[in-house]
This record gives sequence, C-alpha cells and structure tokens, in this order.
Amino acid sequence: MPDLSIAAALDGQRIAITGGTGFLGTALIERLLRRAPGCELVLLIRPSQRRSVGQRARREIFKNDAFDLLREQLAGSAADGGETFDDMIERRVRVIGGDVSSDGLGLDEAGREVLATCDTVIHSAATVSFDSPLDLAVEVNLLGPSRIASTLHDICEPSRLPHLVAVSTCYVAGNRKGAAPEEPVDENAFWFGVDWRKEVAASRRSRADFEAESRRPDMLARFRKEARRELGAAGAPLLAAKTEQRRSAWVSDQLVEAGRTRAASLGWPDAYAYTKALGEKALFEHARSPVTGGSDLPFSIVRPAIIESSLAEPSPGWIRGFRMAEPVIISYARGLLKEFPGVPEGIIDVIPVDLVCGAICAVAADGPARNDDGTLAPPRIVQSASGSANPLRYRRLVDNVRSWFTEHPVYDSDGQPIVVPEWNFPGRGRVQAQLERAKSVIEKAESTLQALPLRGRQAEWASNLESKREDVERALTYVELYGAYAECEAVYGVENLLDLHQRMDEASREAFGLDPRVIDWDRYVSEIHLPSVVQHARVKTTPGSTDRESRSSRLRRQVLSPDRHVAAFDLENTIIASNVVASYSWLATRRLPPEDRLRFVLRTLAEAPSLLSADRKDRSDFLRQFYRRYEGAPVDQLDADTVDMFSHLLLTKSFPAAIRRVREHRALGHRTLLITGALDVAIKPIMPLFDDVICAEMTVAPDGTYTGELTDVPPTGEARAQALFDYCDLHGLDPAESVAYADSTSDLPLLEAAGFPVAVNPEARLSALARKRGWLVEHFDKAKGGSHPLLPIGPSWNQTTAVATRTATSGRTTGGGS
Amino acid sequence: MPRPGLVLDVDSSTPPIVFHHGEDFVLEKLPAGRSRVIYPPEPHEGLEDTDAAIRHALEHPLGDSQPLSTLLFSGMKLTICFDDISLPLPPMRKPDVRQRIIEAVLDTAAAAGVDDVEIIAALALHRRMTEDELRHAVGDRVYDAFAPSGRLYNHDAEDPDGMLEIGTTDKGELVEINKRAATSDLIVYVNINLVSMDGGWKSTATGLSGYRSLRHHHNVHTMQHSKSFMDRHASELHHSNWRMGKVLRDGGVKVFQVETTLNNDTFGTSALDTASPLSMLQKREWEWTAKDRATFMAVQAGLKRMPARAKRAAFQSWKAPYAVTSVQAGEVEAVHERTLEQNFAQHLVPVEGQTDVLTMGLPYICPYNVNSVMNPILVMCLGLGYFFNMYRGKPPVREGGVLIMRHPTPWEFHPVHHPSYIDFFEQVLSQTTDPVEVEKYEQAFAEDEWYRHLYRTSYAYHGVHPFYMWYWGSHALQHLGKVVIVGGDPKAVRRLGFAPASTMADALEIASDVVGPAPTITHVHNPPLLMADVT
Repeated sequence: MPDLSIAAALDGQRIAITGGTGFLGTALIERLLRRAPGCELVLLIRPSQRRSVGQRARREIFKNDAFDLLREQLAGSAADGGETFDDMIERRVRVIGGDVSSDGLGLDEAGREVLATCDTVIHSAATVSFDSPLDLAVEVNLLGPSRIASTLHDICEPSRLPHLVAVSTCYVAGNRKGAAPEEPVDENAFWFGVDWRKEVAASRRSRADFEAESRRPDMLARFRKEARRELGAAGAPLLAAKTEQRRSAWVSDQLVEAGRTRAASLGWPDAYAYTKALGEKALFEHARSPVTGGSDLPFSIVRPAIIESSLAEPSPGWIRGFRMAEPVIISYARGLLKEFPGVPEGIIDVIPVDLVCGAICAVAADGPARNDDGTLAPPRIVQSASGSANPLRYRRLVDNVRSWFTEHPVYDSDGQPIVVPEWNFPGRGRVQAQLERAKSVIEKAESTLQALPLRGRQAEWASNLESKREDVERALTYVELYGAYAECEAVYGVENLLDLHQRMDEASREAFGLDPRVIDWDRYVSEIHLPSVVQHARVKTTPGSTDRESRSSRLRRQVLSPDRHVAAFDLENTIIASNVVASYSWLATRRLPPEDRLRFVLRTLAEAPSLLSADRKDRSDFLRQFYRRYEGAPVDQLDADTVDMFSHLLLTKSFPAAIRRVREHRALGHRTLLITGALDVAIKPIMPLFDDVICAEMTVAPDGTYTGELTDVPPTGEARAQALFDYCDLHGLDPAESVAYADSTSDLPLLEAAGFPVAVNPEARLSALARKRGWLVEHFDKAKGGSHPLLPIGPSWNQTTAVATRTATSGRTTGGGS
Repeated sequence: MPRPGLVLDVDSSTPPIVFHHGEDFVLEKLPAGRSRVIYPPEPHEGLEDTDAAIRHALEHPLGDSQPLSTLLFSGMKLTICFDDISLPLPPMRKPDVRQRIIEAVLDTAAAAGVDDVEIIAALALHRRMTEDELRHAVGDRVYDAFAPSGRLYNHDAEDPDGMLEIGTTDKGELVEINKRAATSDLIVYVNINLVSMDGGWKSTATGLSGYRSLRHHHNVHTMQHSKSFMDRHASELHHSNWRMGKVLRDGGVKVFQVETTLNNDTFGTSALDTASPLSMLQKREWEWTAKDRATFMAVQAGLKRMPARAKRAAFQSWKAPYAVTSVQAGEVEAVHERTLEQNFAQHLVPVEGQTDVLTMGLPYICPYNVNSVMNPILVMCLGLGYFFNMYRGKPPVREGGVLIMRHPTPWEFHPVHHPSYIDFFEQVLSQTTDPVEVEKYEQAFAEDEWYRHLYRTSYAYHGVHPFYMWYWGSHALQHLGKVVIVGGDPKAVRRLGFAPASTMADALEIASDVVGPAPTITHVHNPPLLMADVT
C-alpha cells in the first residue's frame, strides 16, 4: 500500500540546500516551496565580491522564470488577503553565506547556528562544467560532500544530526559496458582502490607546479608575444594585463587537461565524474563519527544521469543555463558539427530535471535508510536515470533532432536556412581528425591574414576566419568532452528509484513524479526539449538578414544618443586615409624643384618599412624621431603650405561619413575631441571640425623656424586614454558616457577608456577584438569621386600661389574699406 | 550661312541618334512614327575681330551709359568682376573672352590713370577658383600683375567684413553684395552669356551676393514660378534679380555691364580643326560621312577601354573652340536685351505642341563640376534644371509626362568640391525628395560653420548649394509625372526619387505605365545646346 506522502513528511522540516543558484538547485527550491508548503528552506550561497548572498538569491534564484507559476498563484491568493510571493519567501527562506570549497564551509556563527537546526541538507553544489580545471573540480566536487559532513559533525548535537542528501552522478560508475546498479563506487567489481587523499594532494600540487612553470622566463616571453600579437602596440599597461590574462588562462588550460587525462587514466569519462566518484568515497569516510562510539551522519546519495529540460514542472521545457547537450544540438543545427561520434544503438541517458527533483525530494522525505530496529542502515543510493527503464537510443535522438531542425531550420546571418547534415555515427577518432585538419587549415590562413596590413572590410575576412576557427575549436571541444558520453554503454539501474515510486501515494506521484517510464521520448525531444533549447540559444529561427544589421544600428543609436557627453576621434585612418609620413612628404616636396620631387617621395617611401616597424615598436618614439625632419622649416611657409595641403591631401583623402559623424555628435551637443599624434601645424585647417584638439606641438626657434622638437609627449597609446580622462575631468564629463573612434590596436587604451568604443575601418586585430567585445564597427570610405593620387606629392609651388591663398583666407590686404 | 535648327520626325529610315551618356556616347534608335528630334541651329559665325569688337562696345555703350573711357578717372576705385568657372561649358579655348575684355578694360583704366583696381571672380556661393582656373579665365598677364598683390581674388560671401547691405526691394528682398564692389566708383562686370539664363542683373545681384540675398530667389516657390528660368521675361528668378538690380542702381552702385555671347560650337566643326576628334557630334547623324562614322566607332571603342578616371580626365581637359558672336556693353538692361536676342538666335528652334515623353542624353559636365565629378545631385540639376528649362512658351513635354535621361549617375562625389552634397545625399534625400520638404533642411546647411569653413578656405561649394540644385529642378518635378534614368546606378537613381532603367526600351515601357501605350516622344538633341520655342 503506497503510503509515502512527501509533502506531509517534509511538513515542519527545515531543509538546507547548497547549489541553489544552479540548474538543479533552482528547480529543487521551486518545487519544495510550491509543492511542500510546510517546509522551510536554508540556502547556502557563496558570497561574491559584487553582491551579498541575499542579493544573489534574489537575482539569481527568485527572479528566474521557474518561479513564474508560484508567483502567479500567490498573486492570486494575495488578492484574497493571502501572502504575496515576497512575503512567503521572507517567511520560509533564509539565506546564509557559505562555500563548499573551503573547510568549515566558510560559515559565520549565525550561519553555523542556522545550519545546526536543519533536518535535512541537500548538497547539490558542484562544478558541473565538464572542462573545469582539475583543482577546482577536486575542491568542489570531491571534497565538498566531506566538508559538509565534517561541518555537520562539528556543529550539530550528535543526537540531532540532519539527513544529508548528496547529489552525485550516474557516471561515477565510469566507462564500462552493461549494468551499473545503485551501489557504492567501491562495491563495484571494477573498483581498484583509488586513494582519494592522494588525488587531492596531487591536484593541489599540479596547480602549484603549473603556476610555477607559467612564470618561467621563456613562458612569460611567450605570453607577452601572444599578447602583443593580439593587441599590437596597445601600450604597456594593456599589454601587461593581457599577458597576465594569457598566463592564467594557460595555467587553467593545463589543469583542465590534467583533469581530463587523469580521469581517463582511471577510467572515468571526465574530471567531473572522476571527482564526483571519489567525492562519494570520501563522504562515506567523513560521515562516520569523528569520535569513537559517536553517531554517524545519516546520508543518502542521488545520482542523476544527464539532466535536461523539464518534462512538466514547473513548466514543460524549463531549463536554466546552457547545458551539456544544448551546445552540441545547437552546433549541429548551425551546420557546424557535421558529425558527432556515437554508437547508433547506444543509450543516451537523459533525465528531465523535474524527475530528478522528484527523486531528491522523495529521498529527503523518506529519510535515511534504517534497519528494522531503527539504527542506521548503509546509506541509500538512488539513481535518477532513464537508461534501464525507458531507454533513449542514440539513433532515435539523432533522427528526432534531424527531422525537427529540417522542419524548423536555424537561419544563418544572411537569413538563409541552414540544412542540417546527416550523421553517420563515425568513431570519435575520425571526427576529431577531421576537425583538427580543418582547424589547422584555418589557423594557417588566419596567421597569413593577420600578418598582412589589412583594413576595413578585408580585415573582416580575417576576423570572420577567426570566428570560424573558434567554431571549429568549440566543436572539437564538444567531441572531446561529450564524445565519451555518447559512446557510453553503461546501463544505470533504478531499482531504488522505482521502489520509492512504488511507495509514494497518488498525490506525491503527481507532485514529485520521479518515474522515468512516463517519458514519451519523441514528444519530449521534439515538442519540449528542442523548442526550449532553440529559444534559449537565441539562434535565428526566422528568415531575413536583419539580425546583424539591427545590432549595429542599435549600437549606433547608443553612440548617437543625446545622453553621451563627449566623442573622441583619432585622425589617421579614422577621419582621413593619410598619415604623418604622407603629410611630411607632401609639405617637403611642395617647394622642391620638379625633378627632385619624385625622387624625394620615392626615397621617403623606401624608408616606409623601417618607419613602419619603428611605429609598431613605440609610436611616441617614432613620432619624436620623425618630426625632427621638420627642423629648420620656416613657420610662415609651413603655415601657408598646410592650408593648401588641407584641400589637396587631407580633404581629398578624408572619409566624408567620418566627418559627418563628428558633426552629428556636435549637433547632439556632445563635445567633440580630436586626439592625434599629428602635428598641430599640419592639421590646423581641420581643427574647426572639432570642439577641441589634442595633438603634437612643435617648438619654434627664435629665428621663426620650427625646431623639430615637441613641446610635450605626443598623445599616443595609453597617453590618449589619459588625455580623454583628463579632458573629461576638466570639463566635468563622464568617461563612461564617452564615445571613442579609432582604427588600430595602438588606440586600444583610448577605446577601452571610452564607454562606447567604435572601431573604424579596423585592421585585422582590432576587427577581431571589436567582434569579440561587441563594439560598433564602422566602415568609412573615401568619397568615390575624389582624385586619389598614388604618391603624396605637393603640387608645384610658386610665389603667387601662396599669396593668392593667403589673401583668400585671411581677408584682403588692400582696399576693402570705403 | 549656318542652317537653322529643325524638328525631325523619326521614321524607319532615320539613323540612330547620338545620346550623351556622361563620359560616353550611345546611339539610340527612337520609335518611328511617334518620335521627333529637335536639332539646334548650326553654330553662328564668330566675330571677325573680337578685340576690335570689344573696344568698340566699350566705347559705344548701349542704353543710358557713357563710354567706358569717360567713366574712368584718376583716383577712382574700380572693380572688375567676372563670371566664374561655371561659364562657359565646357571651358573655352584660350584666350578666354574674359581675358580679352579685362585686358581692354585695364588698358582703358591705365590710360585714364586709375590705380585702385581689383578683380573679383563673381562666384556667389560656388567654390573658389584655383590658380590654374583663374589663370585660364583672366590670362597669365593679368593674373601675375594682380594676384600676388592680392588684387585678384575670389568673392567670399561669408567674409563677415566683406559684404555690404544695399537695401531691400519693394517685395522685402534683402540686397547684399560684395563690399569692395559696392563701394567702388564703378563696377565693370565681364560676362559670358552661354545660355539665356545668364547675365543682366543676375550678374551682380547673384554673382556678387551671398546667402542672405540669394535665399529670396533661390527657393522652391520662385523656381516653380519660373517657366522657364531660361526665359527671362517669364522667370520669377529674373524678376527678383531685376528688382534687386533696381535697388543696386538706386543705392548708387554703378555697373558698366559687358556681355558676350558665344556660338554653340562645342566640339569643333571646322574640317581643318584636327584638334576636334568629336566634331561629328556637331553634325546631324544622317549627314555623317564614312570618316565621321569611323571616328565615332573608334572613339567609342577607345572610351570603352579607358578606365573611368582617365576618361573623366580626358573629357574635363576638353576646351571648346567657341567663337564669340557678340559683345555689348553699357547699361545692364539694355545690354542684356541685345544679348538675349543673340542667345535666342543661336539656340531657339520652333517646336509645335507637346509630347508625352521627353528624352535627353546628359553630358559629362554641368556648371558645377568643372574639373570635378558629376554627382547624382548634379545629374538631377542638369536634367531637370538646365535641360528641362531650355524652352520658351511651354515645355516640349506635356504636364504629367515622363522625362527619360541617359547618364551613368554614379554614386560618386568630389570630397573637396562637394562636401555638403555628400551629406545632403545621405541625410536629406534619404528622407525626402519633395523640394518643399527638402527646403526645411536648408537653413541648417546654409549656416553650418564647417561648410562655411570649407567654402572660405578650401574649394568647396557652399553648404546650401545642393539645395539650390534641387530647387533648380523643382519646376520640372512639379510638371512631370515621372523621371527615368537609363543606364544609371540604380541605387543612386532611386535615392534621387527616379526610376532606373537599363535600356531605352525599358524606360519607354516604364513611361507607358504613366502616359499610356505608344507615347509620343520629343528628343532634345545635344550637343550642342538648343532651346525649344514651343507653341
């Protein structure tokens, strides 16, 4: 006679939950609050630097759409005088700060007191990411359950020890074929006695080793080189930050790899299953009373298989976060994953999240396993899996997915439907080799393109190529990570699970269903899971190529919002397609006899490679060196010539759309600021375009010639960012409300300083960065009708020209008055 | 004796007609039985001795005016103003008639002991002329004598100290012109009346003025009531200028007007003129010799191989062998009446009735792209402004009819000459092409500091200038049911509010949606210029 009433059993209970911000945790909290109205919850949440645990709970748990149903129900009852959702949370939920990766759980005194009064502790915190660094997985997954057990022993009366329900995974059984019953890991016939303490020590040592290795001079040089390759001449502070980021990413990568290989060497599919398995083992030891003759901690283990979107509760298809199968499915839908390894008749052990919640609640309600005399029996292990009771075959899943996406295609950025490929169920090695080959081809093309001085739309190819490479890399990761799961042929027994189901009364079966046999796989895959996945992945599901377009126009609207304060512009290749060398060459040839002019320009151009490399190394040095060439130039003459250069060189090579943009900003009331390393004398005529100009200035010798020396450090690299900050400071403007336009990674500090960076005709590296960071990219072209002289040669000068120009610009010298 | 113009009815034996197509030429076969082609009169004979004619005109003034020599006296302030780069089109071969007149005037002034002489390019809101262009117009001798000392320069309508308010017309129109000119004892205005729109009071009241004056007649209302602006007596544009001229005269501004007319010899007709590879274009197609046909084929083949830039450079370097057909000087209005007679004699062709469709081939040049790029806005202005208005009486196309133009209409702009055009195209025409709506954006462009800066220090047309281009076509826009451009960049054509077509046949198909099947067609043959006298 089924008599287990879960709601009744949980009535009056205080239940502590770890991992509440996770996928399973959120679903569990929702279920308990809605379906077991008599229980109280204590949420153990890790404090973050930015938010208190209370804020985290509100933002990351209760705002989730899982609570929509409950919120709605309570809104209805509140209208009749009942309590609101917030009142109910206030009454039934307490949030305490704690962290399962530190000893004693990092609880404060209040937290310890609250935890000590709990009747049940459900431990669902884990680092579920399949590619966590080894040490992190060890700290959280392996040591987490034991730490909880030790803490409970520590803070609770031995007579009032709560029931610990530890959430593990079916895959603790490791890579094997055939039955995997609900038994402790070490009772399994293939267990060969791995010492979890040694594994913990080894993982901690690995971290230390990799940290040390990453700081070796050759490694640091390598990270620095990589940072430079990515950012270019972005200035010392940014390069340093990027280098350090590279280093720590490398350490992390090494630890991920270490986790994967260690797990594989011991026969687990990945670090997650491996650390969870040893975690179970450690828990058995730590649950025993630390003192002889004391009470042992009662505990149970629930092992879910691959948890996916819910079947019915709180709503069909509910899912949180991007889970294991989703990226694979979406990659497939996007045509990226052409093949995925797997055995067609293999079982994909998927279990909807609401069934897992049901199992956990049932175990919690049923209490620890006890002998007939009431003493503790060996802990109960319940597997929440579908493989043995209602298997989903790999082929069936793939067929379902394929036909669904054929019917509901995902669209590419051009609005064309993507045709999903047919899967051949190849072996993992073959798929991996294929992807590796693709990756190496793309990498070669990419490095070639990166080396070319590309700009604008051409640079976008390079950046597209990079995104292709990332796609392939991602696919490769999936294959490496999940391939083992798709190939796994273990069948997880669910006897204990079904026993619970047998004992549950009708109401509990309805509210806390856990029976995998109710799943209609075809319906689940095509009507519940895939629509939900597609919706969450935010892929394009309608034709038409509007997405990209609307993104840049959205960004452009932000940039041109009246709320912005200031717009800073770089000059070269942002406003005009010219540079200091061209200006110099134009001015210098202006007064040379015709026969020398071409020779001069060619000589300057021949210097280009060395100038370019000097520029790449350090722009300030380059400018200082280069401007020496102006030494001795008469101020009058240069001033007159630059007026002509304005029309002949600067405006001819200008980007009309860029000039228009400056003016749009001005019209909106933004202050417009030109920050350039160009010389003041060379750009004087273009200055009226801006409210203010920060540029290089040359000193003048007493004889009225330029000295070729600068009054100040030319504004380059991080000095530009500083210039923007200082400018904002001076005028009481907010840098967060500033827009910056620049074309190269040497302007990165300026772009990063601005709240709204815009990459103009970016070179390949900046193009890639802008894409990654979601910056607005503008392609400003020269006016098509302009004459585009190949060489920057000033038109021949004669006495009268200068005079005619001067009189026309500075008013008449004779006549005029009456 | 040059033959007069004629209207040819197209029948099945009519050869294909040459159409200008920007920097190309296209032969089009027009539908027989319902098409007519208006051919201009042949170029009139030029003056035998232009310099003598000039001297004669200066000393035998028309109307209420003394001979120039008696108007000049020692110690006086003399300002010579001349038409800018927009005239004539294409530029004429050296020596430019302006140079001849200015030299004659300077000789007379020197003889009278006049020291204070300044020479101003009367360009209103056009771009400044470059040194080369000034040299071409006034000659090296005048340039070298006056420019270095700052006594030869471009008019600057935005110089805050350079303009003088003279008064207001009885219609409330403000008259403001160049201060140096206004405060001179005498202005000698040197004109080239290529078409009948030019000259008269428009020379000083427009050429030497600025935005504050121009806005009174360079606007949609005025242009829609100038039918046409080539017919001075039916042109509200000219009425306004004449009112302003009265204010100038009453305000004591003394103008000695020198006007000249040219024949329509754009490409050279003389068999001896070997420098005229395109002389066949001056001929009627059925009179082409075998050599003409062969040359035409060769030119077309050559153009086909030429890169666009080289083609543009080649055409822009073309200097027309125009001959001066008359010079008259003296009192503005009397002089201009004589000038118009000469213009009309050279250009007018009597035409009977209107047709459903008007076709034209647009050349590579208009008044505002000399040494520059014919951008889409200029295409509109040349077709719907200048060419459409080349009529007296009524347009050769009926109201609600269709205009079909041939021009490649590339989406190209000169970044130095036409910066405000670029923004006008992107910001205004993307919103509306209705002249009345367009006018609402005018002031912002006209008073923009950056355009002002470019107009004054670089070589840019004034910020407001693209609006004037659009207003120039507003009478045509009001009159026509549809405009089709054949062979244009479809995107640019659509931006102009017109329909793109790839062939003349397609264009006629599009036209028949508006005017009905088998429409009647008038083709205005160009080159050279002509003016339809439609009754």
